[in-house]
Amino acid sequence: MQSLITLFQAAVFFGTVIMFGCIGEIITEKSGNLNLGVPGIMYLGGIASLAGVFIYEGKVENPNPIVCVVIALICSFVASALGGLIYAFLTITLRANQNVTGLTLTIFGSGVANFFGGSLNTLAGRFEQISVPVTSAAFRAVIPGLSGLGAIGKIFFSYGFMVYFAIIVAILTHYFMNHTRRGLNLRAVGESPATADAAGINVIRNKYIAICLGAGVSGFGGVYYVMDYIKGTWANDGSIEKLGWLAVALVIFTTWKSKNTIWGAYLFGILYWMYLYIPGQTRSSQEIFKMLPYLVTLIVLIIVSLKNSKEKQPPASLGQAYFREER
Amino acid sequence: MPLPKRIGIRGIAIVLSLIVSAIVIFAITKYNPIVVYEVMFEGAFGTKTRCWSTIKETLMLTCIAVGLSPAFKMRFWNIGAEGQILVGGIVTAGCMIYLKNLPTPLLFLVMFVTSALAGAVWALFPAIFKAKWNTNETLFTLMMNYVAIQLTSFFVSKWENPFGSNTVGIINQNGREGWFPSIFGQQYLLNVFIVLILTVFMFIYLKYTIHGYEISVVGESENTARYAGINVKKVIIRTMLLSGAICGMAGFIAVSGASHTISTSTAGGRGFTAIIVAWLAKFNSFTMILISLLLAFLESGAGEIASKCKLNDYASEMVIGIILFFILGSEFFVNYRLIFRKKAAKEEK
Repeated sequence: MQSLITLFQAAVFFGTVIMFGCIGEIITEKSGNLNLGVPGIMYLGGIASLAGVFIYEGKVENPNPIVCVVIALICSFVASALGGLIYAFLTITLRANQNVTGLTLTIFGSGVANFFGGSLNTLAGRFEQISVPVTSAAFRAVIPGLSGLGAIGKIFFSYGFMVYFAIIVAILTHYFMNHTRRGLNLRAVGESPATADAAGINVIRNKYIAICLGAGVSGFGGVYYVMDYIKGTWANDGSIEKLGWLAVALVIFTTWKSKNTIWGAYLFGILYWMYLYIPGQTRSSQEIFKMLPYLVTLIVLIIVSLKNSKEKQPPASLGQAYFREER
Repeated sequence: MPLPKRIGIRGIAIVLSLIVSAIVIFAITKYNPIVVYEVMFEGAFGTKTRCWSTIKETLMLTCIAVGLSPAFKMRFWNIGAEGQILVGGIVTAGCMIYLKNLPTPLLFLVMFVTSALAGAVWALFPAIFKAKWNTNETLFTLMMNYVAIQLTSFFVSKWENPFGSNTVGIINQNGREGWFPSIFGQQYLLNVFIVLILTVFMFIYLKYTIHGYEISVVGESENTARYAGINVKKVIIRTMLLSGAICGMAGFIAVSGASHTISTSTAGGRGFTAIIVAWLAKFNSFTMILISLLLAFLESGAGEIASKCKLNDYASEMVIGIILFFILGSEFFVNYRLIFRKKAAKEEK
């Protein structure tokens, strides 16, 4: 029982990172653009929040936790939305290939983040291991009292606020996509931009907004990873990149529905950490078990394409550029 | 558009990107940007060893890009080169470890064939599903990468040497079984030959053979291909087998011809970078060499700056990102002519 609770907790920590990345990518893909730059964007979001808070905590005597959190979130959102803007400008206005541009964004984002993550101390003239204790504590703060409620407290209330924030974002996105005019317009753009254009929807503006907003949300995954998951430090081990690709995989797993991320992300987390809870393994056979999330995604991908049901398809114009003058 | 103008536009893009990168580097390091590029040149071509390591890196990228080009020309988004390289590498390392008593030519033949087979098999799964059920190949190949990475970790911990280090170490350090032999005293000359042969082969294959023609028709329009009586499924599977096989061979070259070890970073993101190389070169395998050279130069050059300034060498990825953004953006100006509305109105009069 105890170990099941720990597994679930680990899954929630893990799932929250990819949940943000995934919701952002769903918003982007609903506009008809496949952005393979999610790992890069998560990197940008993570490092921007870390850098912003690092400067603030270094300058101020007694950093205020709330200000820290606000700085972290704003810095991350701006940086990742800018990353999205580069992608949007290249793919929409300059009509560059989406896959190639996305991959370039991933290279760029991981370069920027790992560069600054590794040299922030040298640049700031400080030599200790980079850390932002106040902000990290604020991100990891749990509701006092509730988390002490035994098993229920551990399962539901032992997390920082970003975990609940992710769930709220997922629900809001679901509502936006299905119950608001703007959301329906956006989906129309992703399904058939020419039709949307004829109906008087501004395709270009919708795409730009969706991509930048989606990138901003994906970036929160980076913030959560940096501030909560690895406790306000930096590691040049490429894990954000791995998580970013898992977020892209999760988009398929959830069949482009943001409400499904709430359980899908945690399920990925469980699959990812399961190897720790299966007895009698050697170090090498653990590596085989770590394939599980990827294999499950593959199976879902195959089943979805075999079933070919209308409800579960990607947006019809996904990956294709739209030029009004071209037919 | 005439060739000089096309080259001119790309040249301007590269110069602009170098200026932007220089500004970024200056803002961080406060070094004179011109000195920075001198240091970069020094880092990439300063000594004979550095020259060869830049060449080695260029060839590696070219080899993968050559492997990817038929798939991309067919508009099959094979982003699984990373995995195909790794399985090729695993098989090669396996041969080096278990079959080191075979006579050298036979060992090389076995490594060559099995690594190509491994890469081809890795590419075959997504190809079959794409051909039969139109499964999204971008995401399929992406997942295959991670399966391959875990597989590599599995073999790394199985073959680890010394025990507990979690790395394979240099394989056959004493007897050098399965290492590429030096030719004329040059360790990497064989790599050059193999990659050049592949490059020429791919150029001819895509441009002057029926297969190449079929690939480009399928890439332009699947329906047209079907009307013309081309068996689209067969073309997809055949092309992916070839693409995967060459990527698998790239793994063979990386393990047997360069690092003599295997780890999850054997592919090291080159599978992704090579996509950009192949795309920007418009699938012309000779242009790929040039673009690979530019990227390899930037990588070793930026590494040099980083170590001079005590910064970390991820600076190179940042600079590569900036340059690629500019080149990607410049394609627009190659494909389209800008006419501003005022000017257009004047011309009509």
